[in-house]
Amino acid sequence: MSVIQFSVNGKRESIDVPPMKRLLDVLREDLHLTGTKEGCGEGECGACAILFDGELVNSCLVPALQANGARLCTIEGVSTEGHLHPIQQCFLEKGGAQCGICTPGMILATHHLLDKYPNPTMAQIQEGLAGNLCRCTGYMRIFESVQQAAQQANELTAKS
Amino acid sequence: MRSDVSQFDLTAPPSLDAVLATLAKEPGKHTLLAGGTELMVALGTGRLNQHSLLSIQHLRELRFIGVDDSAIHIGSGTTFTDIRRSKAITADLPLMAQSASWTGSVANQNRGTLGGNICNASPAADTPPVLLAYGATLTLVSASGTRTVPYAEFHLGYKKTALRPDELLHTINVPRTFAGYRQYIRKVGTRNAQAISKIALAAVAKLDGDRIADIRLGAASLANRPARCSAAEAALLNQRLDAANIDATVRAARAGLASEAKPIDDIRSTAKYRAAVAGNLLEEFIRSLVV
Repeated sequence: MSVIQFSVNGKRESIDVPPMKRLLDVLREDLHLTGTKEGCGEGECGACAILFDGELVNSCLVPALQANGARLCTIEGVSTEGHLHPIQQCFLEKGGAQCGICTPGMILATHHLLDKYPNPTMAQIQEGLAGNLCRCTGYMRIFESVQQAAQQANELTAKS
Repeated sequence: MRSDVSQFDLTAPPSLDAVLATLAKEPGKHTLLAGGTELMVALGTGRLNQHSLLSIQHLRELRFIGVDDSAIHIGSGTTFTDIRRSKAITADLPLMAQSASWTGSVANQNRGTLGGNICNASPAADTPPVLLAYGATLTLVSASGTRTVPYAEFHLGYKKTALRPDELLHTINVPRTFAGYRQYIRKVGTRNAQAISKIALAAVAKLDGDRIADIRLGAASLANRPARCSAAEAALLNQRLDAANIDATVRAARAGLASEAKPIDDIRSTAKYRAAVAGNLLEEFIRSLVV
């Protein structure tokens, strides 16, 4: 067992877990943050995506020990004080979320994408979300959700 | 069947020297774990046979991109995202940036490392064909010293490399002397994103008029290891690309490639398809040289 300390959604955590335990399982089982989903467990589907020191990672491929000292953000940390993040609101309005299994990963991948490209082209959206599989939407509604989120963020920036 | 994680040990030695000392003390006992995009998949599916792992992901001394007059030196802990973001690599080694861009998804590129891609030694890996075409060398370190080996001599067989049990891949050195070269890369997979290649070809060539003055070819999934295509290179070197010779040149190159290709049937493709498409990619490259 190893004592691992990190922050998740702004809260400091210290846990004693097997060092090779998947970060996904630490989040879900030890911290009860079940918003992060398991799809394939092989880094192919993106359902378990989180932000790790600001970078998108698949938490099923991160051993717990490597999260020591990291700053993590899961889907539970995206909304603030009960208010949906604009990206979440856009997914809701545009039908980008259906069954919901891929949605936490999609939202965090979108977050990461818009950090890098505030005005993403369709090609950049498709590449940024290529590691996140969705079996419901056919993706078009997800792409539209991302476009609307980018547009809203840019309008807010222009106003301020 | 998922592995029981309590049966695995993972430690993070504080420095590279500490890693090398541990490898030297018990050679073969420990396996290095960098970004985890390969070994954690094996863990998840119950295929991870190594039970003592050393994390090197936190070692900043392995994560760098250095440029000098003749080469770009890439630390083995450099991620694919680092490679894509490097202006020096994008400018001087475009095939490197291209192959990094289609290695897994963004999330995997943020974690996976160039050193891991090489040492995992998959014949289908994305960056090796480029490193073969560019004539890279590898700097290997151990507690007893440092040696440099041509990358073309690193892969000895299926998942077998020249890396000794006490050694660690430290730096990938890639010449930056390809300004006047024509460069080509193409990967054929099931879909554009995130696919493992059925076949891939990377190529660089220098022309002297319509004569091929220099050429190097590297392929993925064409043999049991990343393969430099020496017979095809020999068939092309000093050949002419003018209208009278181009068809004969293409035929000779395809024959050379066919003679050295040893593809297999597996879950992703068939040997027959791989051999045929490899020839098609080579022909596409050769014909693209004709201006």
